[in-house]
Amino acid sequence: MHAAQPIQSPLPAVGIETVGMTMRFGSFTALDDVSIKVRPGSFHALLGENGAGKSTLVKCIMGFYHASAGSLLIDGFDGNVTDPRDAHAKGLGMVYQHFTLVPALTAAENLVISRADVPAVVNWEHEMTGLQAFMAAMPFRVPLSEPVHRLAAGEKQKLEILKQLYLGRRFLILDEPTSVLTPDEADEVLGHVRKLCEAGELSVLMISHKFREVTAFADEVTVLRRGRRVGGGMVADLSHQDMAAMMMGDAKPAAPAAREVTTGETVLALEGVRARDRSGLKEIAIDGLTIRAGEIVGIAGISGNGQMELMEILTGQRPVSAGTIAVKGAPYGATRAEARRHKVRYLPEEPLQNACAPRMTVSENIGFRSFDVDVGGTRFWLAPGEMKRRAARLVTDYKVKTASLDSPIAALSGGNVQRAVLSRELDGEVDILIISNPCFGLDFTAVAEIRSRIMSARNQGTAVLLMSEDLDEILELADRVMVMSEGRLVYECTAAEADIPTIGHHMGGHA
Amino acid sequence: MSGDIGLWAVPLAMVGGAIRVSTPFLFVSLGEVITERSGRINLGLEGTLVFGAMAGYALAYMTGSPWIGVLAAAGAGAAFGLLHGLLCSLPRVNDIAIGIALMLLGTGLAFFFGKAFIQPVAPDLPAINLGWWSDLPQVQAALRVNVLFIIGGLLAVALAWMLKRTRIGLTLRVVGDSSDAARALGIRPARVRILATGFGGALAGMGGAYLSLFYPGSWNEGISSGQGLIAVALVIFARWSPVNCFFAALLFGAAGALGPALQSVGVTSGYYLFYAAPFVLTLVVLIASSSKSGALTGAPRELSITK
Repeated sequence: MHAAQPIQSPLPAVGIETVGMTMRFGSFTALDDVSIKVRPGSFHALLGENGAGKSTLVKCIMGFYHASAGSLLIDGFDGNVTDPRDAHAKGLGMVYQHFTLVPALTAAENLVISRADVPAVVNWEHEMTGLQAFMAAMPFRVPLSEPVHRLAAGEKQKLEILKQLYLGRRFLILDEPTSVLTPDEADEVLGHVRKLCEAGELSVLMISHKFREVTAFADEVTVLRRGRRVGGGMVADLSHQDMAAMMMGDAKPAAPAAREVTTGETVLALEGVRARDRSGLKEIAIDGLTIRAGEIVGIAGISGNGQMELMEILTGQRPVSAGTIAVKGAPYGATRAEARRHKVRYLPEEPLQNACAPRMTVSENIGFRSFDVDVGGTRFWLAPGEMKRRAARLVTDYKVKTASLDSPIAALSGGNVQRAVLSRELDGEVDILIISNPCFGLDFTAVAEIRSRIMSARNQGTAVLLMSEDLDEILELADRVMVMSEGRLVYECTAAEADIPTIGHHMGGHA
Repeated sequence: MSGDIGLWAVPLAMVGGAIRVSTPFLFVSLGEVITERSGRINLGLEGTLVFGAMAGYALAYMTGSPWIGVLAAAGAGAAFGLLHGLLCSLPRVNDIAIGIALMLLGTGLAFFFGKAFIQPVAPDLPAINLGWWSDLPQVQAALRVNVLFIIGGLLAVALAWMLKRTRIGLTLRVVGDSSDAARALGIRPARVRILATGFGGALAGMGGAYLSLFYPGSWNEGISSGQGLIAVALVIFARWSPVNCFFAALLFGAAGALGPALQSVGVTSGYYLFYAAPFVLTLVVLIASSSKSGALTGAPRELSITK
């Protein structure tokens, strides 16, 4: 058993190269003749929009897929990776976008169970000695005896990377490793990874869409578009504009909508609102939040700091223990009648789960706000013709790509679900729009279009509350920026005063 | 010292009753802890318990050895557990619905095959007299401890050790907490869950054998008063910890002994209301440990009822 302990002395980094890698699914070519080279000890970034073939490429490297043509070289020799297990044995590892740690187990238990040779009876004294020696040799550490669900997102991501090193992997694929981290945490984690690369202990291929991180940490970059390698080179030679141009090719995103000067009364006001959070253990405390007509208030923060609960408070899904919510001066309880009277609309995050009935049709889903409304009141009998016409109009207006109005909305892609729900929520007069992560996981063109819709709603006098984990989105859209951390609004500034490092510190709770 | 100890008889009888009545709770809940730790819930254990009681009694009667009866009950229980596990591994099958179906199947089959064994008398399981030091017959009666109770207590400690310190235990916790993480580690969650449900069924079967072979010690159709179902609630109360299960089982056992204890000191009116104590306790425990928002702490994250 003891001989099977992972080797503690540093192993040299592994380099890989793909030669003419091609992957076809039936008649569809997901990856077309892609050759990239990751030198041992280098930090290589892989850029591309959704569907550009990034994940197909890394899945071919890791042995999840068998490439239709082309080959993989590991340290210059034929890799011949048959499956993920084989890739692991050859020193290749991958850190997934979503954590693969077991939440209830401690960090130490997670590391030990991930080994191929877990002894039948675990001698924890012996294992802990080994793990502590391993940690001591690493540039960063995490508390070993803490259950993983109590670790912060940054710590978890560090543990994911440590796990790969513990298992002796010396070439790592990182799939958008910083999507759940604060800017500070991201810099710390990537900084440590870069140090390991510089020390020659690790090579990295990082999938990313954050140019800032690519410039700050990567040596080389490869850009994919529609399955082809369309550019790349040393990061030092490329500007953000160069990389963006390679990623998008000829497609031009809609120009950001102009911000017009607006004035308006306060329409939404929260005062002294208190509620329990999802775990029931912590408190959500919103002391004061006001939004006036024609204004976008952006709430920045790492997910899990109370944004979801704030959304639920505003939609009436979460009971409030104290405080008042007022819309246009009147108390607001988020009933359907009140929302209709005050023209309050919502776009929650992951709208397919949170704002749609996935198996009902596109036209039914688009009709959720209007199916029971008749001229001057509510209706009992549905008006299918009117529903169809409304859906057809909105689908055309918002460029929702759907096979037909009668397909289930779950059959649409993420961007199209988002557009369909947005078309429903922005239809007619809207005084207050409450949105959460409207562009998560969408490609450039969809993002630009949705943002310009939000901006034009604002220009027409809608009060917008925008909660987003994407700080760039907040900075682009918001007139005022607030930061949410641990269930409280901890910082506020105008868009003009906004400063990324300051906001980042507040997001991480280090103010 | 002819046993005139007045009202002291009530707590004493409750201690004795707790030990006697708790054993089926203990076995069923230990088995259910293992099943639920793997991310499944088996509500069919009531049926397994009754079938185990019948199978154990029948085999003990036919072979003359109560231990063969216990083994037979464990085997029958494992078969029920494996069936539950296999059925639930099929796509779009709900573990709660299957559990209820198997509960009815288990009791029905037990009544069907058990008709012939209501009259005959099978040998009892041996008990150890831990009350030899006392002259009081009540103390001696209370401390006549069955071997299965002791085995159950040791098993609770062994299972806690297994969950913490063995590969099997870690694997089980991984599967119960995250199917995705388990698959990423190359573990097949379905297989682990089938085996865990089988193990849970075996323990529930042994709990049934205790019912028919020691206390009350005979086979009839009313042998179980819902212990199999109460034990499932008990697992939640014990927060999925085997050692907590031991104490929770004792508590429920004591509640079950309240009625008979009051009767023994001559409370004649309304004592049967106290027979309902375990059920009231179940309700109180479930309400007290419930939460309006969010999942229970310590619950396996894959468990369908707490998701």
